[in-house]
Amino acid sequence: MFVLVVGGGKVGYYLTKELIENGHEVVLMEKERARADQIADEIGSVVMPHDGCEGKYLASAGANRADIVAAVTGDDEDNLVICQMAKHHFDVGRTIARVNNPKNEALFKHLGVDEIISPTRMILGSIEQDIPVHELLHLAQLGEGQLELIEAHLQAGSPAVGRAPKDLDIPDGCSLFAVIRGGVALPLRPDTTLFEGDKVIAIGKTECETLLHAQLIGDSETVDAR
Amino acid sequence: MKTVIVGCGRVGAALAELFDRSGHDVIVLDIRTRAFDRLPANFGGNAIRGDGTDEDTLRRAGAEDADVFLALTEGDNRNVMAGQVAAEGLGARQVIAKINDPLRASAYADLGLATLCRTTLMADAVAEYLGLAATGSPGVHSPSGTHHEGDHHGAGEPADSTDAMPSAAGAREA
Repeated sequence: MFVLVVGGGKVGYYLTKELIENGHEVVLMEKERARADQIADEIGSVVMPHDGCEGKYLASAGANRADIVAAVTGDDEDNLVICQMAKHHFDVGRTIARVNNPKNEALFKHLGVDEIISPTRMILGSIEQDIPVHELLHLAQLGEGQLELIEAHLQAGSPAVGRAPKDLDIPDGCSLFAVIRGGVALPLRPDTTLFEGDKVIAIGKTECETLLHAQLIGDSETVDAR
Repeated sequence: MKTVIVGCGRVGAALAELFDRSGHDVIVLDIRTRAFDRLPANFGGNAIRGDGTDEDTLRRAGAEDADVFLALTEGDNRNVMAGQVAAEGLGARQVIAKINDPLRASAYADLGLATLCRTTLMADAVAEYLGLAATGSPGVHSPSGTHHEGDHHGAGEPADSTDAMPSAAGAREA
């Protein structure tokens, strides 16, 4: 696999090193000459000291034959342009962008970036896992962002407590597949009765979330009333 | 006519003054308040300090019902992003982004932005002055496509600005 990495910060540097160790062909573009030289001293001639946003340098780095372009600079606008140029001008099959401002995720997706990695969102998700709120937790995005892996912590008052998946109105395109009970993961069958304190793991389309919320957590009014 | 200008540099400030003098409604944005020193003392438009690539900021500036949106900062990519947020996200009518890299300027015209390339414009001006042959590429690109063409995201709303216009009730902030 030929991967073009743009941005030689910490992320780009470690990404390049790992990719090389895993036997991939890599070119790293870093526009700051001093930083590029510093990385080249260590990992060799795969570093190009040029701006990966600029069309002619992308071309000379071999963008037209890259399988993947990963834009991991610290600036969202640069990462957007790198991915769009790669996709539309160089026909790269798969583009990955690091997004720092979580508000930019939807825009990037709308504008055709294939995969969006948001460190801010990940850390936020991690923090939310530690806060006992009566909400669905987003564990991961799958299927190019079309699907969500969701955890629901069943509290007293949840419509799902004392019932089994077959008795619930689970939206189409959505599957409850495991339950974590007492720290142990169990497969969730249609007739498994759910208890207070269970953590139900579900996978489903992003738009099913409201329905899923109503079935597993309860309507927001009910939650507020308690 | 309502005009939103992102970037109050020499060009941005000159255009802000021009539009204001012609009686148009002008909102100019810059991330540095100092940049507004370039505006004339009798400037009648609004100057807002803020990041022109941020959707909320642009909405606050009234980009949703802008007739003309100009992205004129010093960064090509910031202009690209501001222009696309305005055109695709907010439905501004006519969007022009300054992109000094000729390749990017033509690539983004294919993706639906009108682009201005100072590199080509200046090179052609110098060539013409000296009686030399021009660069052969246009300095101003009209949008010739949309970003939806040929990609895998055909389900998005139409990029055609007349279809993407929101209701005229967009909040304005002075």
